[in-house]
Amino acid sequence: MATNASVNLPSSAAARRSRRPAPGAGRWFPLFLILPSFIFILIVIGFPLIYSLYVSFTPYELLKPKSLNFELSTALNNYQTLLNDPVFWKALLNTVIFLTITVNLEYVLALALSQLLARVSFGQSILRTLLMIPMMFAPVLVGFQFRWFFNENLGLVNNILGVFGLTGHAWLVEEPYGLFSIILATIWMNLPVMTIILLAGTLSLPFELYEAADVDGASAWQKFRKITLPLLAPFTYIALTLRSLDVSRAFDIVRIMTGGGPGNRTELIWTYVARLSIDSTKFGLGSAMSWITVIMSLGFTVYLFRQLVKSRIVK
Amino acid sequence: MFTSSVRAHRRLNQNCLNGLAWLILVLLALPAAWIILTAFRPATEVNASPPIWIPREITLDAFTTMFGLNPGVQARVAVESYMANSIFCAVFSTIVSVAVGTLAGYAFARFHFRLHTASFLALMFSRSVPGIALSLPLFLLFTRLGLVNNVFGLSFVYIAINIPFTVWLMDGFFRQIPRDLTEAAYIDGCSNWAAFWRVDLPLAGPGLGASGIFAFLAAWNEFQLASILTRSNDARTFPPGLYAFTQQFTVDWRGMCAMSVLMMIPAIVFVILTQRNLVRGLTFGAVKG
Repeated sequence: MATNASVNLPSSAAARRSRRPAPGAGRWFPLFLILPSFIFILIVIGFPLIYSLYVSFTPYELLKPKSLNFELSTALNNYQTLLNDPVFWKALLNTVIFLTITVNLEYVLALALSQLLARVSFGQSILRTLLMIPMMFAPVLVGFQFRWFFNENLGLVNNILGVFGLTGHAWLVEEPYGLFSIILATIWMNLPVMTIILLAGTLSLPFELYEAADVDGASAWQKFRKITLPLLAPFTYIALTLRSLDVSRAFDIVRIMTGGGPGNRTELIWTYVARLSIDSTKFGLGSAMSWITVIMSLGFTVYLFRQLVKSRIVK
Repeated sequence: MFTSSVRAHRRLNQNCLNGLAWLILVLLALPAAWIILTAFRPATEVNASPPIWIPREITLDAFTTMFGLNPGVQARVAVESYMANSIFCAVFSTIVSVAVGTLAGYAFARFHFRLHTASFLALMFSRSVPGIALSLPLFLLFTRLGLVNNVFGLSFVYIAINIPFTVWLMDGFFRQIPRDLTEAAYIDGCSNWAAFWRVDLPLAGPGLGASGIFAFLAAWNEFQLASILTRSNDARTFPPGLYAFTQQFTVDWRGMCAMSVLMMIPAIVFVILTQRNLVRGLTFGAVKG
């Protein structure tokens, strides 16, 4: 019996191996699977990027076809123009303010709201449905909606202020308010998804840890700080990664609410791309501008993905 | 153990907490409610001061005007063609991008090949490229190919844009399926393709649903590229249609609200249908890395 088994085992293993797909086919299979995706992406994303990189080194203007010619001596002119352009710096500053405030505030608010919702004892499912309502609004709809609310003469905000005898502002026109109105609209749009992800994370945390902490007499704050927050890290990074993929959607909101104006007051780097390359048809300059936005997105995405990978490995 | 006063104190705390949560979420939903209510108000209430919260009368006036059913009212939008174009682009691009992205997601989840991580990162990066950076080069390319102002051209763009996120989601879903099942299929003599098609794909059903919804809504809501690549009502989708509407000198706010409500319908349907799967789909990777 024993010898039989020892003789049988290798042969059955060999038989198994022979029934597996040929090694060559196995090696090409994953490439065959990812090829279609890369073809689409090369055409729709790869080609435009390379083309606009080339154009960014030329003085190309859409209405002057002959201006599309590359000369080494003038290759960096567009970038130089941008660096000397106060509107570029204004747009960059606005974008930094905009992203810093929105992303941080969204995260803090979503974290607080998720902790609150995890403890609610009455009407949980209705509350979650209410929470999802802003998700039904496309960025253009959010932009339109807040443009109306913040309208100087007809808007709901000034209308309500008027009821209390207060004078409103031209929210979208006056200097700090324009950007803040856009920030508010953006937070309203993005808060639900972030809250939902953090809520799902909070509800999935092991209950025993909290019981053990209770036995040890930990305070609510200690439990939050030492258990909830570290264990939520992977959810946090998923939420932030998803969010980072959509940063340029701010374009939709701004384009509808203020168009970047008045006088570039609410200009962001994305609306400035549109202003340069489409509205004033300076495609070369606009391409240089759009490459700056691409490089910034790249840095942001790479950073967040690194964090995401790290938080997954720890788990 | 608990004395009644401790219990009463706890109940009070819990009630405060519930009240606070309700207050915050009602405030959050208020702007949306205002838009939806306004679509059904009589025109005189729309910009009334002080604001009228609850409509005194429900009317479909705004919708009938939008579809040109009210004779003698000028403010007419080509909303039927926006809707038809939007539906075509969203459905067509969703089907193709989910099919193509699922294949790649499977490759990333199940196989190791050269440049595995690098190509995954490249895909994710391509998703984060701002649409506005692509729009003008694509416009020039599509002009050559005759694809400007064409729903197929726009769908083609949406397919590519939705692939990375589909890959990301499907990679997570396929990782959730035990590898043993695939290996058992190999032992039973399945080819790579048969193992994928007969074993892994059916088990990833919820993932297909989640990716499909995200792809659909992304295409449905897309504005940057649609506003450049469509020129007339033949191909214009909802978001640029809405933009054109807001650029008129006198904005018909109630008409805009009615249009917003129309545009929200698919999102509402999807959110209601998939509340649970949506969350699971988004957080799959976090629960099991």
